[in-house]
Amino acid sequence: MSLATMASILGAEIVYAKQMLNDYIPIGINEQEDLKSLGKDPALKVLNDRPWNVETPIHLLDDKVTPAEKMFVRNNGQLPKRPDPGSWKLTIQGESVKSEKSYSLSELKSKFKQFTFQVTLECGGNGRGEFYPPTEGNQWGQGAVSCANWTGVRLKDVLQDVGIKADAVYIGYYGTDEHLSGDPKKESISRGVPIAKAMEEETLLAFQMNGKDIPLANGYPLRLVVGGYPASVSGKWLKTIAVRNKVHDGAKMETPSYQVPIEPMEPGEAIKAENMQIITSMPIRSIITYPKSGATFALSAALKIRGHAWAGEQEVSKVAYSIDFGSTWTSATLEKPVNRFAWQHFEAQIKFPKKGYYEVWAMATDDQGKSQPMVVPGWNPKGYLNNACHRIAVKVT
Amino acid sequence: MKEQDLKKMLRFIFILGSLAMLLVISMIVGTMLIQQHPEWLHALKENHSSKNNISNQQENEPNEEVEWTPEALEAVGLVEGEGLQLVLTHCTNCHSAKLITQNRFTKEGWIQVIRWMQATQGLWELGDAEAEIVTYLSKHFAPEARGRRIPLEVEWYDL
Repeated sequence: MSLATMASILGAEIVYAKQMLNDYIPIGINEQEDLKSLGKDPALKVLNDRPWNVETPIHLLDDKVTPAEKMFVRNNGQLPKRPDPGSWKLTIQGESVKSEKSYSLSELKSKFKQFTFQVTLECGGNGRGEFYPPTEGNQWGQGAVSCANWTGVRLKDVLQDVGIKADAVYIGYYGTDEHLSGDPKKESISRGVPIAKAMEEETLLAFQMNGKDIPLANGYPLRLVVGGYPASVSGKWLKTIAVRNKVHDGAKMETPSYQVPIEPMEPGEAIKAENMQIITSMPIRSIITYPKSGATFALSAALKIRGHAWAGEQEVSKVAYSIDFGSTWTSATLEKPVNRFAWQHFEAQIKFPKKGYYEVWAMATDDQGKSQPMVVPGWNPKGYLNNACHRIAVKVT
Repeated sequence: MKEQDLKKMLRFIFILGSLAMLLVISMIVGTMLIQQHPEWLHALKENHSSKNNISNQQENEPNEEVEWTPEALEAVGLVEGEGLQLVLTHCTNCHSAKLITQNRFTKEGWIQVIRWMQATQGLWELGDAEAEIVTYLSKHFAPEARGRRIPLEVEWYDL
C-alpha cells in the first residue's frame, strides 16, 4: 500500500512516515475500514461492520457481470490486514495428501494453466430476513449474491500435482481471517466440499476478479471459487487446503451452521443434530434488477424488465413473470449461461391493462422442473435457502 | 524457664498452629468452590460495587464500562433501558451492535443464541448479568408476528 493510499484511508498525513519500517501498516488502517476504503459502493447496505457483512440492493445488481464495488461482503471473522502477495504461500496438506506441498502465488500462476469462469456466488443465508420465527444471523434481504469473472488455476490441477491418496473424501480450507474474539486458537470459519466437487473443472484457486486483484473484503490475494454451493465454501484469504479422509471438521462445519433439516420441520421447533445435513447445491432463484422497485410511469408506455436467474448446480430453463399476484404467468426471454455456474439473464416487455398499483413477480424454473415458491419455503433453524420469488412494486399513472 | 511458662508457650504455639491450619484449609476449600462456581465471585463483586464490572474470567473478557453517546446508540439501533450497559460490556466488544439489533427473539431464543456463542464462539459465562441482558434483549428485540411474505417497502419515483 502506498503512503498516499494510507494517508487517504487515515484522513491525515503520516507525519513521520519516513521513520516507519518498509511494509509497516499503521494500526489506524485496520480500525478505520469503511465502505470507501473497502472499495465498495456507498449505496450498499451495511448489515454489520464487525464482522463486515454488506448487502447489495437488488437494483444495483443490474450489471451482467458484477463489478467489485457492487459485490456483497460476508465475513465471519476480523478483516485480515492487507496481505503481502510476494510472500503469500498456499499449503496443501492433510491426511490424504501423499506429502505436504507449498506454492507461492507466482508459482501457482506460472506452473498451472489459467482459466476464467463467471461464477455465481450466493450466501447460504440470502433471504434469511423473511423467515418467521426469525432465525439468528445477518438478516439478509435478497442481495447477498454476485456473479463475477474469476481467474485462477484449477484446484484439480494443483491437487494432482501434490498427489492425493485414494481415501480422500473432502477438502477443507483455512484463511487468515482471525476469530472475532481475537483468540488465536479459534478459527472464524473453515469449511469445505466433497472431493468430487473440489475436482470439478470450474473449481478455482482464484487470484483475480474481473481481471484485477480480488478486493480485500472478498478474499485478496487468493480464494477458492466453488460454483453452485453456498459461497461460504469458497474460502477467502486462502492459506491452506487440507485434503481430508473424512468430512472436514473445521469451524462452521458443525450443526447447525450451513445445515438444513433432512425432513421438513415445523417452524420454530427444536431439531437434533443427526436430523440435519450439510447444504450442497443452492436452490433456484431469480431477481428483477431493472427497474428499481417503486417505478411510476404512464399507461401508454410498455415496461421493460430485466434480471438474472440461477439454480445452484442446475441450469435455469425458464423465467416467467406475473403482474396479477401469480394468477397468470408469461415467459420472459432467457439467455443461456456463459459457462456452468454463471447466472442467466432474462428480460421482458410488459403492457399493463389499466392505471393502478401492480407488483411484478418473477419465477424461475430449472432443468429438473423445480420452481421458486411464491411464499417463504420450509423453515430451518438458521434461516438458509429462502428462494421465494422476488417482486417489485410499480404504479401505472 | 519455669514449667508453667513452657506450658503457656506450647499452648500459644498450638493455638497459632491450629489457626494457621484452619486458614489454609478454608483457603483450599474456598478456591475449589470458586473454581466450581465462578458466578459466586461475580455476585460478590457486584455487591461491593455499583458498577457492573465483572472479574476477568477469560483473557478477552472486558472489565470496563463502555462509553456510548446517544447518537452512537441510535446509529446502531440500540435503545436506552435497564440492561443496556451490560449488553455494551458483554456483547459489543466482540461483534458490532448491528448483529444484535438485526435480530428478533423471545427470551428462550436469546438464551439459545447466548448458549451457541458460549459453546462455539468463546463467549464467557455471564453469571448474574445474563438474566438482565436477556430481559433487555427480549423486551426491545422481540419477534413480531408476520405473514408468509413481508410487505414491500416502496419509495416511489418517476421512471
